[in-house]
Amino acid sequence: MKIMNCPLNGPRNISEFAWGGEVKPMPDPGSLDDRAWGDWLFLENNEAGVVREWWCHVPTSFWFIAERNTVTDEIVKTYPASDIFKERVNFAPPSKTSGTEKK
Amino acid sequence: MLPALFPYKLLPYGFRRKYRPQRFIPKQKDLRSSYDVVIIGGGGHALACAYYLARNHGITDVCILEKGYLAGGNTARNTAIIRSNYLTPEGVRFYEQSLKLYRDLSQEFDFNILYSERGHFTLAHTDAAVRTSRWRAEVNKQLGVNSELIFPDEIHRLCPHLNMSDKVRYPILGALYHPPGSIARHDAVAWGYARGATAMGAEVHQQTPVTGIIIENGTVKGVETPRGKVYANKVMQAVAGSTSLVAKMAGFRLPIRTIPLQACVSVPLKPFLDQIIVSGSLHVYVSQSSRGELVMGGSTDPYGLYSTRSTLDFKEGLLGHMLELLPMLGEVKILRQWAGMADMTPDFSPVMGLTPVRNYYIDSGWGTWGFKATPVCGMTMAHTIANDTPHDLIKPFYLDRFVEYAQVGEKGAASVGH
Repeated sequence: MKIMNCPLNGPRNISEFAWGGEVKPMPDPGSLDDRAWGDWLFLENNEAGVVREWWCHVPTSFWFIAERNTVTDEIVKTYPASDIFKERVNFAPPSKTSGTEKK
Repeated sequence: MLPALFPYKLLPYGFRRKYRPQRFIPKQKDLRSSYDVVIIGGGGHALACAYYLARNHGITDVCILEKGYLAGGNTARNTAIIRSNYLTPEGVRFYEQSLKLYRDLSQEFDFNILYSERGHFTLAHTDAAVRTSRWRAEVNKQLGVNSELIFPDEIHRLCPHLNMSDKVRYPILGALYHPPGSIARHDAVAWGYARGATAMGAEVHQQTPVTGIIIENGTVKGVETPRGKVYANKVMQAVAGSTSLVAKMAGFRLPIRTIPLQACVSVPLKPFLDQIIVSGSLHVYVSQSSRGELVMGGSTDPYGLYSTRSTLDFKEGLLGHMLELLPMLGEVKILRQWAGMADMTPDFSPVMGLTPVRNYYIDSGWGTWGFKATPVCGMTMAHTIANDTPHDLIKPFYLDRFVEYAQVGEKGAASVGH
Protein backbone atom coordinates (compact mmCIF):
# COMPACT_ATOMS: atom_id res chain seq x y z
CA MET A 1 0.00 0.00 0.00
CA LYS A 2 1.08 3.56 -0.71
CA ILE A 3 2.46 5.37 2.33
CA MET A 4 1.83 9.00 3.21
CA ASN A 5 3.79 10.81 5.86
CA CYS A 6 1.41 12.51 8.27
CA PRO A 7 3.00 15.51 10.03
CA LEU A 8 1.28 14.42 13.26
CA ASN A 9 1.30 10.59 13.09
CA GLY A 10 4.26 9.74 10.86
CA PRO A 11 4.11 7.32 7.90
CA ARG A 12 0.67 5.71 7.51
CA ASN A 13 -1.20 3.78 4.80
CA ILE A 14 -2.81 6.07 2.20
CA SER A 15 -6.18 4.45 2.96
CA GLU A 16 -6.18 6.27 6.31
CA PHE A 17 -6.24 9.65 4.56
CA ALA A 18 -8.95 11.69 2.88
CA TRP A 19 -8.23 14.00 -0.03
CA GLY A 20 -9.41 17.57 0.51
CA GLY A 21 -8.61 19.22 -2.82
CA GLU A 22 -6.32 22.07 -3.79
CA VAL A 23 -5.32 24.87 -1.45
CA LYS A 24 -6.97 28.02 -2.78
CA PRO A 25 -6.82 31.37 -1.00
CA MET A 26 -10.28 31.94 0.46
CA PRO A 27 -11.81 35.29 -0.46
CA ASP A 28 -13.62 37.28 2.20
CA PRO A 29 -17.12 35.75 2.28
CA GLY A 30 -18.61 39.00 3.53
CA SER A 31 -17.57 41.15 0.58
CA LEU A 32 -18.29 38.70 -2.22
CA ASP A 33 -21.28 38.26 -4.52
CA ASP A 34 -22.81 34.82 -5.06
CA ARG A 35 -21.16 34.24 -8.43
CA ALA A 36 -17.67 34.95 -7.10
CA TRP A 37 -18.32 32.67 -4.13
CA GLY A 38 -19.52 29.87 -6.46
CA ASP A 39 -16.42 30.41 -8.56
CA TRP A 40 -14.18 29.91 -5.52
CA LEU A 41 -16.25 26.98 -4.27
CA PHE A 42 -16.66 24.92 -7.45
CA LEU A 43 -14.16 25.88 -10.15
CA GLU A 44 -10.89 23.98 -10.03
CA ASN A 45 -7.42 24.59 -11.42
CA ASN A 46 -7.09 20.78 -11.69
CA GLU A 47 -3.38 21.05 -12.52
CA ALA A 48 -1.23 18.29 -13.97
CA GLY A 49 2.04 18.45 -12.03
CA VAL A 50 3.04 19.32 -8.48
CA VAL A 51 0.07 20.74 -6.58
CA ARG A 52 -0.50 21.88 -3.00
CA GLU A 53 -3.51 20.21 -1.39
CA TRP A 54 -5.45 19.71 1.80
CA TRP A 55 -5.34 16.18 3.24
CA CYS A 56 -6.84 14.74 6.40
CA HIS A 57 -5.62 11.84 8.52
CA VAL A 58 -9.09 10.45 9.21
CA PRO A 59 -8.53 8.45 12.44
CA THR A 60 -7.12 11.55 14.16
CA SER A 61 -9.08 14.20 12.16
CA PHE A 62 -5.81 16.00 11.53
CA TRP A 63 -5.86 18.32 8.51
CA PHE A 64 -2.53 19.20 6.90
CA ILE A 65 -0.94 20.24 3.59
CA ALA A 66 0.62 17.85 1.07
CA GLU A 67 2.56 18.67 -2.08
CA ARG A 68 1.92 15.96 -4.59
CA ASN A 69 2.69 15.27 -8.24
CA THR A 70 -0.61 14.50 -9.97
CA VAL A 71 1.08 12.97 -13.02
CA THR A 72 3.55 10.58 -11.35
CA ASP A 73 1.51 9.88 -8.18
CA GLU A 74 4.46 10.91 -5.95
CA ILE A 75 4.04 12.67 -2.63
CA VAL A 76 6.70 15.37 -2.59
CA LYS A 77 6.27 16.58 0.99
CA THR A 78 3.74 17.04 3.78
CA TYR A 79 3.65 19.67 6.50
CA PRO A 80 1.24 21.18 9.03
CA ALA A 81 -1.18 23.82 7.76
CA SER A 82 0.34 26.27 10.25
CA ASP A 83 3.41 26.46 7.99
CA ILE A 84 1.45 28.50 5.42
CA PHE A 85 -1.50 29.84 7.40
CA LYS A 86 0.08 32.22 9.88
CA GLU A 87 -3.04 34.12 10.85
CA ARG A 88 -6.31 32.75 12.18
CA VAL A 89 -9.18 33.04 9.71
CA ASN A 90 -12.15 34.85 11.20
CA PHE A 91 -15.34 32.93 10.44
CA ALA A 92 -17.61 35.31 12.33
CA PRO A 93 -20.73 36.22 10.34
CA PRO A 94 -20.26 39.42 8.33
CA SER A 95 -21.71 42.61 9.75
CA LYS A 96 -24.96 43.73 8.11
CA THR A 97 -23.38 46.69 6.33
CA SER A 98 -20.60 44.70 4.63
CA GLY A 99 -22.83 41.94 3.18
CA THR A 100 -23.74 42.25 -0.51
CA GLU A 101 -26.77 40.01 -0.31
CA LYS A 102 -29.96 41.94 -0.90
CA LYS A 103 -32.70 41.33 1.58
CA MET B 1 -3.65 -33.57 -46.82
CA LEU B 2 -6.16 -30.80 -47.31
CA PRO B 3 -5.35 -29.03 -44.03
CA ALA B 4 -1.68 -28.57 -45.04
CA LEU B 5 -2.59 -27.06 -48.39
CA PHE B 6 -5.43 -25.01 -47.09
CA PRO B 7 -3.63 -21.71 -46.31
CA TYR B 8 -1.91 -21.71 -49.74
CA LYS B 9 -5.20 -22.13 -51.51
CA LEU B 10 -6.28 -18.81 -50.04
CA LEU B 11 -3.16 -17.07 -51.33
CA PRO B 12 -4.37 -16.31 -54.90
CA TYR B 13 -7.26 -14.30 -53.50
CA GLY B 14 -4.77 -11.91 -51.97
CA PHE B 15 -3.50 -10.94 -55.45
CA ARG B 16 -6.86 -10.40 -57.09
CA ARG B 17 -8.08 -6.85 -57.42
CA LYS B 18 -11.63 -7.92 -56.65
CA TYR B 19 -10.65 -9.13 -53.18
CA ARG B 20 -8.54 -6.15 -52.06
CA PRO B 21 -9.12 -5.38 -48.39
CA GLN B 22 -11.30 -2.34 -47.80
CA ARG B 23 -10.04 0.37 -45.47
CA PHE B 24 -12.46 0.99 -42.63
CA ILE B 25 -11.70 4.70 -42.48
CA PRO B 26 -9.79 6.59 -45.21
CA LYS B 27 -6.04 7.02 -45.06
CA GLN B 28 -4.96 10.12 -43.13
CA LYS B 29 -4.67 13.14 -45.43
CA ASP B 30 -2.40 16.19 -45.11
CA LEU B 31 -3.67 18.54 -42.45
CA ARG B 32 -5.19 21.60 -44.15
CA SER B 33 -4.83 25.09 -42.70
CA SER B 34 -8.55 25.67 -42.27
CA TYR B 35 -11.80 23.82 -41.74
CA ASP B 36 -15.34 24.80 -40.94
CA VAL B 37 -15.31 22.91 -37.63
CA VAL B 38 -12.38 21.51 -35.63
CA ILE B 39 -13.09 18.91 -32.95
CA ILE B 40 -10.38 18.40 -30.33
CA GLY B 41 -10.34 14.76 -29.28
CA GLY B 42 -10.97 11.57 -31.24
CA GLY B 43 -13.09 9.52 -28.87
CA GLY B 44 -16.65 8.30 -29.14
CA HIS B 45 -18.27 11.65 -28.30
CA ALA B 46 -16.14 13.57 -30.81
CA LEU B 47 -16.72 11.04 -33.59
CA ALA B 48 -20.45 10.95 -32.88
CA CYS B 49 -20.53 14.76 -33.04
CA ALA B 50 -18.76 14.74 -36.44
CA TYR B 51 -21.22 12.10 -37.63
CA TYR B 52 -24.35 14.04 -36.61
CA LEU B 53 -22.88 17.34 -37.89
CA ALA B 54 -22.76 15.72 -41.32
CA ARG B 55 -25.95 13.67 -41.11
CA ASN B 56 -28.31 16.12 -39.40
CA HIS B 57 -26.84 19.49 -40.33
CA GLY B 58 -24.94 18.96 -43.60
CA ILE B 59 -21.68 20.22 -42.07
CA THR B 60 -18.99 17.98 -43.56
CA ASP B 61 -15.86 20.17 -43.53
CA VAL B 62 -14.89 18.81 -40.12
CA CYS B 63 -11.45 17.96 -38.77
CA ILE B 64 -10.99 15.67 -35.76
CA LEU B 65 -7.64 16.13 -33.99
CA GLU B 66 -6.64 13.23 -31.75
CA LYS B 67 -3.54 13.29 -29.55
CA GLY B 68 -3.12 9.51 -29.47
CA TYR B 69 -5.09 7.07 -31.54
CA LEU B 70 -8.75 6.79 -32.46
CA ALA B 71 -10.98 6.02 -29.47
CA GLY B 72 -7.97 5.05 -27.33
CA GLY B 73 -8.90 7.01 -24.23
CA ASN B 74 -11.98 6.55 -22.10
CA THR B 75 -13.95 5.18 -25.06
CA ALA B 76 -11.70 2.12 -24.81
CA ARG B 77 -11.64 2.02 -21.01
CA ASN B 78 -15.26 2.11 -19.90
CA THR B 79 -17.30 -0.90 -18.90
CA ALA B 80 -19.80 -0.45 -21.74
CA ILE B 81 -23.00 -0.24 -19.69
CA ILE B 82 -25.97 1.63 -21.16
CA ARG B 83 -29.01 2.63 -19.09
CA SER B 84 -31.34 5.55 -18.48
CA ASN B 85 -32.66 4.99 -14.93
CA TYR B 86 -31.29 8.24 -13.55
CA LEU B 87 -32.62 10.33 -10.69
CA THR B 88 -33.31 13.83 -12.05
CA PRO B 89 -35.85 14.42 -14.84
CA GLU B 90 -33.14 16.29 -16.78
CA GLY B 91 -30.82 13.29 -16.55
CA VAL B 92 -33.49 10.69 -17.34
CA ARG B 93 -34.68 12.53 -20.49
CA PHE B 94 -31.13 12.94 -21.73
CA TYR B 95 -29.97 9.35 -21.18
CA GLU B 96 -33.25 7.91 -22.46
CA GLN B 97 -32.68 9.69 -25.77
CA SER B 98 -29.22 8.12 -25.84
CA LEU B 99 -30.67 4.65 -25.29
CA LYS B 100 -33.12 5.16 -28.14
CA LEU B 101 -30.29 6.16 -30.48
CA TYR B 102 -28.19 3.20 -29.34
CA ARG B 103 -30.89 0.70 -30.22
CA ASP B 104 -30.77 1.69 -33.88
CA LEU B 105 -27.03 2.13 -34.26
CA SER B 106 -26.15 -1.31 -35.66
CA GLN B 107 -28.82 -0.85 -38.31
CA GLU B 108 -27.80 2.70 -39.06
CA PHE B 109 -24.07 1.87 -39.32
CA ASP B 110 -24.68 -1.43 -41.13
CA PHE B 111 -22.11 -2.64 -38.62
CA ASN B 112 -22.73 -4.72 -35.54
CA ILE B 113 -22.04 -2.88 -32.29
CA LEU B 114 -23.10 -6.01 -30.34
CA TYR B 115 -25.85 -4.11 -28.54
CA SER B 116 -27.26 -6.55 -26.01
CA GLU B 117 -30.20 -5.89 -23.66
CA ARG B 118 -29.47 -7.55 -20.34
CA GLY B 119 -31.55 -5.99 -17.60
CA HIS B 120 -29.85 -3.75 -15.07
CA PHE B 121 -30.07 -4.31 -11.29
CA THR B 122 -29.03 -1.60 -8.84
CA LEU B 123 -28.93 -3.46 -5.53
CA ALA B 124 -30.01 -1.75 -2.33
CA HIS B 125 -28.49 -2.89 0.96
CA THR B 126 -29.87 -0.23 3.27
CA ASP B 127 -33.26 1.36 3.90
CA ALA B 128 -31.89 4.61 2.51
CA ALA B 129 -30.88 2.89 -0.71
CA VAL B 130 -34.32 1.24 -1.00
CA ARG B 131 -35.88 4.68 -0.64
CA THR B 132 -33.63 6.16 -3.36
CA SER B 133 -34.50 3.20 -5.61
CA ARG B 134 -38.21 3.90 -5.10
CA TRP B 135 -37.61 7.57 -5.88
CA ARG B 136 -35.69 6.73 -9.06
CA ALA B 137 -38.31 4.18 -10.15
CA GLU B 138 -41.10 6.75 -9.80
CA VAL B 139 -39.18 9.49 -11.67
CA ASN B 140 -38.30 6.96 -14.38
CA LYS B 141 -41.87 5.71 -14.81
CA GLN B 142 -43.19 9.25 -14.98
CA LEU B 143 -40.90 9.83 -17.96
CA GLY B 144 -41.77 6.55 -19.69
CA VAL B 145 -38.63 4.65 -18.68
CA ASN B 146 -39.07 1.00 -17.78
CA SER B 147 -37.85 0.83 -14.20
CA GLU B 148 -39.22 -0.66 -10.99
CA LEU B 149 -38.33 -1.46 -7.42
CA ILE B 150 -38.21 -5.22 -6.73
CA PHE B 151 -37.60 -7.25 -3.59
CA PRO B 152 -35.47 -10.32 -2.71
CA ASP B 153 -37.85 -13.06 -3.95
CA GLU B 154 -38.14 -11.38 -7.34
CA ILE B 155 -34.38 -10.66 -7.47
CA HIS B 156 -33.66 -14.32 -6.76
CA ARG B 157 -36.07 -15.44 -9.47
CA LEU B 158 -34.52 -13.14 -12.11
CA CYS B 159 -30.90 -13.60 -11.10
CA PRO B 160 -30.44 -16.90 -9.21
CA HIS B 161 -26.65 -16.50 -8.95
CA LEU B 162 -26.77 -13.66 -6.47
CA ASN B 163 -26.06 -14.47 -2.85
CA MET B 164 -29.34 -13.54 -1.14
CA SER B 165 -28.19 -14.70 2.29
CA ASP B 166 -28.80 -12.37 5.22
CA LYS B 167 -25.62 -13.72 6.89
CA VAL B 168 -23.39 -11.24 5.07
CA ARG B 169 -22.15 -7.76 5.92
CA TYR B 170 -24.60 -6.08 3.51
CA PRO B 171 -27.65 -8.29 2.79
CA ILE B 172 -29.64 -7.43 -0.35
CA LEU B 173 -32.91 -5.72 0.64
CA GLY B 174 -34.17 -4.72 -2.79
CA ALA B 175 -33.14 -3.60 -6.24
CA LEU B 176 -34.01 -1.03 -8.86
CA TYR B 177 -34.70 -3.20 -11.90
CA HIS B 178 -34.26 -1.57 -15.31
CA PRO B 179 -34.99 -4.16 -18.04
CA PRO B 180 -33.64 -2.02 -20.96
CA GLY B 181 -30.17 -1.81 -19.35
CA SER B 182 -27.68 -2.97 -21.99
CA ILE B 183 -24.07 -3.43 -22.92
CA ALA B 184 -22.45 -2.83 -26.31
CA ARG B 185 -19.04 -3.24 -27.90
CA HIS B 186 -17.53 0.15 -27.05
CA ASP B 187 -14.85 0.16 -29.76
CA ALA B 188 -17.43 -0.72 -32.39
CA VAL B 189 -19.50 2.33 -31.43
CA ALA B 190 -16.52 4.60 -32.07
CA TRP B 191 -15.56 2.77 -35.28
CA GLY B 192 -19.11 2.97 -36.59
CA TYR B 193 -19.27 6.71 -36.00
CA ALA B 194 -15.76 7.18 -37.46
CA ARG B 195 -16.67 5.28 -40.62
CA GLY B 196 -19.95 7.16 -41.00
CA ALA B 197 -18.40 10.58 -40.38
CA THR B 198 -15.42 10.06 -42.70
CA ALA B 199 -17.65 8.63 -45.43
CA MET B 200 -19.58 11.92 -45.35
CA GLY B 201 -16.38 14.02 -45.54
CA ALA B 202 -14.94 14.49 -42.03
CA GLU B 203 -11.19 14.00 -41.59
CA VAL B 204 -9.62 12.15 -38.67
CA HIS B 205 -6.05 13.16 -37.78
CA GLN B 206 -4.44 10.89 -35.20
CA GLN B 207 -1.14 11.58 -33.39
CA THR B 208 -1.99 15.29 -33.63
CA PRO B 209 -2.17 16.99 -30.21
CA VAL B 210 -3.56 20.49 -29.87
CA THR B 211 -0.86 22.64 -28.23
CA GLY B 212 -2.61 26.00 -28.23
CA ILE B 213 -5.91 27.66 -29.01
CA ILE B 214 -6.00 30.80 -31.14
CA ILE B 215 -8.43 33.34 -29.70
CA GLU B 216 -8.96 36.92 -30.97
CA ASN B 217 -11.29 39.34 -29.20
CA GLY B 218 -12.92 36.55 -27.24
CA THR B 219 -13.70 34.51 -30.36
CA VAL B 220 -11.92 31.29 -31.24
CA LYS B 221 -10.09 31.38 -34.58
CA GLY B 222 -8.37 28.01 -34.62
CA VAL B 223 -5.88 25.76 -32.89
CA GLU B 224 -2.14 25.17 -32.93
CA THR B 225 -0.66 21.73 -33.50
CA PRO B 226 2.88 20.42 -34.13
CA ARG B 227 1.72 19.95 -37.75
CA GLY B 228 0.86 23.64 -38.09
CA LYS B 229 -1.93 26.04 -37.29
CA VAL B 230 -5.47 25.00 -38.16
CA TYR B 231 -8.05 27.78 -38.52
CA ALA B 232 -11.73 27.09 -38.00
CA ASN B 233 -15.03 28.89 -37.69
CA LYS B 234 -16.00 26.74 -34.75
CA VAL B 235 -14.07 24.54 -32.33
CA MET B 236 -15.30 21.90 -29.90
CA GLN B 237 -13.36 20.06 -27.23
CA ALA B 238 -14.34 16.54 -26.18
CA VAL B 239 -11.26 15.31 -24.38
CA ALA B 240 -12.31 13.37 -21.28
CA GLY B 241 -9.51 13.21 -18.76
CA SER B 242 -7.61 16.19 -20.18
CA THR B 243 -10.60 18.54 -20.17
CA SER B 244 -9.20 21.07 -17.69
CA LEU B 245 -5.83 21.21 -19.47
CA VAL B 246 -7.39 21.96 -22.87
CA ALA B 247 -9.87 24.44 -21.35
CA LYS B 248 -6.92 26.19 -19.68
CA MET B 249 -5.44 26.82 -23.15
CA ALA B 250 -8.76 28.44 -24.05
CA GLY B 251 -8.54 30.52 -20.87
CA PHE B 252 -11.30 29.24 -18.61
CA ARG B 253 -11.65 26.94 -15.61
CA LEU B 254 -14.15 24.15 -14.99
CA PRO B 255 -15.77 22.51 -11.95
CA ILE B 256 -13.87 19.32 -12.73
CA ARG B 257 -11.38 17.15 -10.90
CA THR B 258 -9.52 14.47 -12.85
CA ILE B 259 -9.72 11.22 -10.89
CA PRO B 260 -8.78 7.73 -12.12
CA LEU B 261 -11.42 5.05 -12.44
CA GLN B 262 -10.12 1.50 -12.41
CA ALA B 263 -11.66 -1.62 -13.85
CA CYS B 264 -10.71 -5.22 -14.55
CA VAL B 265 -11.93 -8.38 -16.29
CA SER B 266 -11.83 -12.02 -15.26
CA VAL B 267 -10.70 -14.90 -17.44
CA PRO B 268 -13.48 -15.90 -19.90
CA LEU B 269 -16.18 -18.07 -18.35
CA LYS B 270 -19.15 -19.90 -19.85
CA PRO B 271 -22.10 -17.55 -20.24
CA PHE B 272 -23.96 -17.56 -16.92
CA LEU B 273 -24.65 -13.95 -16.01
CA ASP B 274 -27.21 -12.32 -18.29
CA GLN B 275 -27.82 -9.36 -16.06
CA ILE B 276 -25.83 -6.26 -15.22
CA ILE B 277 -25.41 -6.13 -11.43
CA VAL B 278 -24.57 -2.89 -9.66
CA SER B 279 -24.27 -2.12 -5.98
CA GLY B 280 -23.74 1.44 -4.86
CA SER B 281 -23.20 0.51 -1.22
CA LEU B 282 -20.61 -2.15 -2.08
CA HIS B 283 -18.99 -0.06 -4.84
CA VAL B 284 -19.25 -2.90 -7.33
CA TYR B 285 -20.61 -3.40 -10.78
CA VAL B 286 -20.32 -6.48 -12.95
CA SER B 287 -21.57 -7.81 -16.27
CA GLN B 288 -20.49 -10.66 -18.53
CA SER B 289 -19.21 -9.59 -21.94
CA SER B 290 -20.03 -11.40 -25.16
CA ARG B 291 -16.69 -13.23 -24.97
CA GLY B 292 -17.38 -14.47 -21.45
CA GLU B 293 -15.20 -12.16 -19.38
CA LEU B 294 -16.72 -10.67 -16.27
CA VAL B 295 -16.25 -6.91 -16.61
CA MET B 296 -15.91 -5.39 -13.14
CA GLY B 297 -15.41 -1.96 -11.73
CA GLY B 298 -16.03 0.11 -8.66
CA SER B 299 -15.90 3.71 -7.57
CA THR B 300 -13.26 6.25 -8.57
CA ASP B 301 -9.89 6.38 -6.84
CA PRO B 302 -9.72 8.15 -3.47
CA TYR B 303 -7.70 11.07 -4.89
CA GLY B 304 -7.12 12.92 -8.15
CA LEU B 305 -4.44 11.93 -10.63
CA TYR B 306 -3.54 12.35 -14.31
CA SER B 307 -2.51 8.73 -14.60
CA THR B 308 -3.94 5.40 -15.65
CA ARG B 309 -1.95 3.26 -13.24
CA SER B 310 -3.62 0.36 -11.41
CA THR B 311 -3.46 -0.35 -7.69
CA LEU B 312 -3.76 -3.43 -5.50
CA ASP B 313 -5.97 -1.52 -3.05
CA PHE B 314 -8.62 -1.16 -5.72
CA LYS B 315 -8.72 -4.87 -6.50
CA GLU B 316 -8.73 -5.92 -2.87
CA GLY B 317 -11.66 -3.65 -2.13
CA LEU B 318 -13.61 -4.52 -5.25
CA LEU B 319 -13.14 -8.27 -5.19
CA GLY B 320 -13.88 -8.61 -1.48
CA HIS B 321 -17.34 -7.19 -2.16
CA MET B 322 -17.68 -9.15 -5.38
CA LEU B 323 -17.22 -12.42 -3.47
CA GLU B 324 -19.99 -11.40 -1.11
CA LEU B 325 -22.39 -11.04 -4.06
CA LEU B 326 -21.15 -13.96 -6.16
CA PRO B 327 -19.24 -16.34 -3.85
CA MET B 328 -18.73 -18.97 -6.58
CA LEU B 329 -16.16 -16.67 -8.23
CA GLY B 330 -13.63 -17.50 -5.49
CA GLU B 331 -11.33 -19.51 -7.78
CA VAL B 332 -11.65 -17.26 -10.83
CA LYS B 333 -8.57 -15.34 -11.94
CA ILE B 334 -8.28 -11.73 -13.05
CA LEU B 335 -7.13 -11.42 -16.66
CA ARG B 336 -6.64 -7.69 -17.27
CA GLN B 337 -6.75 -4.44 -15.36
CA TRP B 338 -6.71 -0.85 -16.51
CA ALA B 339 -7.80 2.65 -15.61
CA GLY B 340 -9.23 5.72 -17.26
CA MET B 341 -9.07 9.36 -16.21
CA ALA B 342 -12.54 10.53 -15.27
CA ASP B 343 -13.73 14.17 -15.23
CA MET B 344 -15.60 14.29 -11.93
CA THR B 345 -18.06 17.17 -11.42
CA PRO B 346 -19.51 18.13 -8.01
CA ASP B 347 -23.09 17.25 -9.05
CA PHE B 348 -22.27 14.11 -11.09
CA SER B 349 -23.74 15.67 -14.25
CA PRO B 350 -21.83 16.70 -17.37
CA VAL B 351 -20.75 20.18 -18.45
CA MET B 352 -21.88 20.78 -22.02
CA GLY B 353 -22.64 23.54 -24.46
CA LEU B 354 -21.36 27.09 -24.84
CA THR B 355 -18.24 28.45 -23.13
CA PRO B 356 -16.93 31.93 -22.25
CA VAL B 357 -15.09 31.87 -25.63
CA ARG B 358 -17.33 32.58 -28.64
CA ASN B 359 -17.70 29.72 -31.13
CA TYR B 360 -15.87 27.41 -28.74
CA TYR B 361 -18.00 24.55 -27.42
CA ILE B 362 -17.42 21.98 -24.74
CA ASP B 363 -18.51 18.40 -24.11
CA SER B 364 -17.03 17.48 -20.72
CA GLY B 365 -17.63 16.38 -17.17
CA TRP B 366 -18.14 12.79 -18.27
CA GLY B 367 -16.87 11.41 -14.99
CA THR B 368 -17.89 7.78 -14.88
CA TRP B 369 -21.03 7.98 -17.01
CA GLY B 370 -19.85 8.95 -20.48
CA PHE B 371 -20.10 5.87 -22.68
CA LYS B 372 -23.85 5.50 -22.36
CA ALA B 373 -24.25 9.11 -23.50
CA THR B 374 -22.11 8.81 -26.64
CA PRO B 375 -24.92 9.04 -29.24
CA VAL B 376 -26.94 11.75 -27.49
CA CYS B 377 -23.82 13.83 -26.85
CA GLY B 378 -22.89 13.65 -30.50
CA MET B 379 -26.41 14.58 -31.56
CA THR B 380 -26.90 17.46 -29.09
CA MET B 381 -23.40 18.89 -29.53
CA ALA B 382 -23.78 18.81 -33.32
CA HIS B 383 -27.04 20.76 -32.90
CA THR B 384 -25.31 23.18 -30.52
CA ILE B 385 -22.41 23.79 -32.92
CA ALA B 386 -24.62 24.13 -35.99
CA ASN B 387 -27.04 26.61 -34.37
CA ASP B 388 -24.73 28.26 -31.81
CA THR B 389 -27.47 27.56 -29.25
CA PRO B 390 -27.52 24.66 -26.79
CA HIS B 391 -29.86 21.80 -27.64
CA ASP B 392 -32.88 21.65 -25.27
CA LEU B 393 -31.71 18.35 -23.77
CA ILE B 394 -28.36 19.80 -22.64
CA LYS B 395 -29.54 23.22 -21.44
CA PRO B 396 -29.56 22.06 -17.78
CA PHE B 397 -25.88 21.04 -18.11
CA TYR B 398 -24.55 24.55 -18.90
CA LEU B 399 -21.24 25.59 -17.35
CA ASP B 400 -22.53 28.57 -15.37
CA ARG B 401 -24.95 26.43 -13.34
CA PHE B 402 -22.27 26.18 -10.66
CA VAL B 403 -21.95 29.91 -10.07
CA GLU B 404 -25.74 30.23 -10.38
CA TYR B 405 -26.37 27.37 -7.92
CA ALA B 406 -28.51 25.42 -10.40
CA GLN B 407 -26.75 22.07 -10.18
CA VAL B 408 -28.34 18.88 -11.49
CA GLY B 409 -27.73 16.53 -8.55
CA GLU B 410 -27.24 13.09 -9.98
CA LYS B 411 -25.00 11.53 -7.33
CA GLY B 412 -27.66 9.10 -6.17
CA ALA B 413 -27.84 7.53 -9.63
CA ALA B 414 -24.42 8.10 -11.17
CA SER B 415 -21.75 7.74 -8.52
CA VAL B 416 -21.18 4.01 -8.83
CA GLY B 417 -23.99 2.65 -10.92
CA HIS B 418 -22.58 3.07 -14.40
